[in-house]
Amino acid sequence: MYLKDNFTAYKTIVIKEILRFSRIWVQTIIPPAITMGLYFIIFGQLIGSQLSDINNFSYMDYIVPGLIIMSIITNSYANVVSSFYGTKFHHHIEELLVSPISNFTIIAGYVSGGVARGLIVGLVVTLVSLFFTRIPIDSYIITFVIALLTAILFSLAGLINAIFANSFDDISIVPTFVLTPMTYLGGVFYSIEMLPEFWQNVSLFNPVLYMVNGFRMGMLGVSDASLTTAIIIILGFICLLGSISLWLLHTGVGIKK
Amino acid sequence: MNALEIKNLTKVYKNGFEALKSIDLTVRQGDFLALLGPNGAGKSTTIGIICSLINKTSGTVNILGHDLYSSPREAKRYLGIVPQEFNFNVFEPIEEILVNQAGYYGVNRKEAYKRAELRLKQLELWDKRREMARELSGGMKRRLMIARALMHNPQILILDEPTAGVDIEIRRSMWTFLQEINRQGTTIILTTHYLEEAEHLCKNIAIIDRGEIIKNCAMTELLSELDSECLLLNLKSPLEILPTLQGYPANLLDKTTLEVEVRKHDSVNKLFQLLNDHKIEVLSMRNKSNRLEQLFLRLVHTKPNVSEPH
Repeated sequence: MYLKDNFTAYKTIVIKEILRFSRIWVQTIIPPAITMGLYFIIFGQLIGSQLSDINNFSYMDYIVPGLIIMSIITNSYANVVSSFYGTKFHHHIEELLVSPISNFTIIAGYVSGGVARGLIVGLVVTLVSLFFTRIPIDSYIITFVIALLTAILFSLAGLINAIFANSFDDISIVPTFVLTPMTYLGGVFYSIEMLPEFWQNVSLFNPVLYMVNGFRMGMLGVSDASLTTAIIIILGFICLLGSISLWLLHTGVGIKK
Repeated sequence: MNALEIKNLTKVYKNGFEALKSIDLTVRQGDFLALLGPNGAGKSTTIGIICSLINKTSGTVNILGHDLYSSPREAKRYLGIVPQEFNFNVFEPIEEILVNQAGYYGVNRKEAYKRAELRLKQLELWDKRREMARELSGGMKRRLMIARALMHNPQILILDEPTAGVDIEIRRSMWTFLQEINRQGTTIILTTHYLEEAEHLCKNIAIIDRGEIIKNCAMTELLSELDSECLLLNLKSPLEILPTLQGYPANLLDKTTLEVEVRKHDSVNKLFQLLNDHKIEVLSMRNKSNRLEQLFLRLVHTKPNVSEPH
């Protein structure tokens, strides 16, 4: 009975979240498509045409997976952080807190909303990339699994950020000062083999590197890191952030007095 | 089985403010209870704890036999909450707000739409169902919150100042609606600053002051404690000198308004007899203040309380 009720509650949150970002699609879906389109033009075509191949792929082909996964990361994160913080700010989180929904269901619902937006934006960016290049996908399964796990991971990260945020400024600090540098330095635009050995080793501590390269492995079949390592690291972070989210909701940190 | 049982409930905020001092409160099924108290007395903290929005420091809250902390899911499904502040998503259509609320309680969408139609029609919001909540007037938003709280057919409804800022016509219609659902068996706990509202609607009363329940009894029992009433008489002809009304302390407020204190065991008939003897004709009569208000002011401390932290 409780399982059925919780599933209904889960569906309710997911539908609500999808309707929320669909209603404002001009703000949520279109901007990343335009930004990534500009990346394809400037870095892929104008600058990329002057550069030599990387791992036997043109520079444009090489950066396409990185830019798609970057859009998935930023959008899954942004969706949950803004939506959950909005529910706190406008107090309608109380609708959830007074109801008998389990904390796991709340997390699953918001994360699914973030995953939905991340994957939809990823798909739109992929369609935009088709105007510039055609990449034969090496493994659809690996590509989808890495995209899904990455979206889950960054949705959880967005949720934790939202729980701790006390103002709208707080929800932009992590994306600006942590997420963007980690993504840019995670091999979106280059292979770490192009770096000096010291910086190659430093890069291996950046978890985003494994997501970018795992996704690139799925699309192109080449990667700077092993796929198994990438999946273990992503799953490890999902378990860690999932546990932290559950603990935060259970104790009421940031959401209850 | 009681609808609500609170035992030794204590709340100390991080800044050291003791909002609740080991309070006990029992609400029977089918009751219509007024929970009254001055600002900062602990009403909102009590309700916040019952609704799981505020963490308790110690004590127990039992809802229809289920402990709120050891069996939260069972306990919460019986509760419907109408908070003091608007807490719905103002960027959602109102029908969606109701359907989502039902979904959180495990009601499937098909059934939720049916219930939303029923509640929106009952609360005269059906025509507005497609509008965003931000477009509603204050009174409509209050009714929306009542409709939302009823979407899962709760057995206990908690209303935290539901008629604040609502015009008298809507307030009266909300009173009628609340009385009707109470008659149908829903237990209602009401906090309000309109004491005539509490007197009109509630069967029992609990008064909280400085974190302690200082009175918990039947409304009639409390009102019977009133030892006198102050009446204002509107006179037909102007009076220059105040006559002696034996046994009835009186005061002439202006030439046509007489203030008279009538003690509990004195008769109003006798007062009118005396007025008649002095050939004073009365056009109308009313209580100077609400009876419950007089008692309330007598019971609670008059010194301003420290504000409750938010």
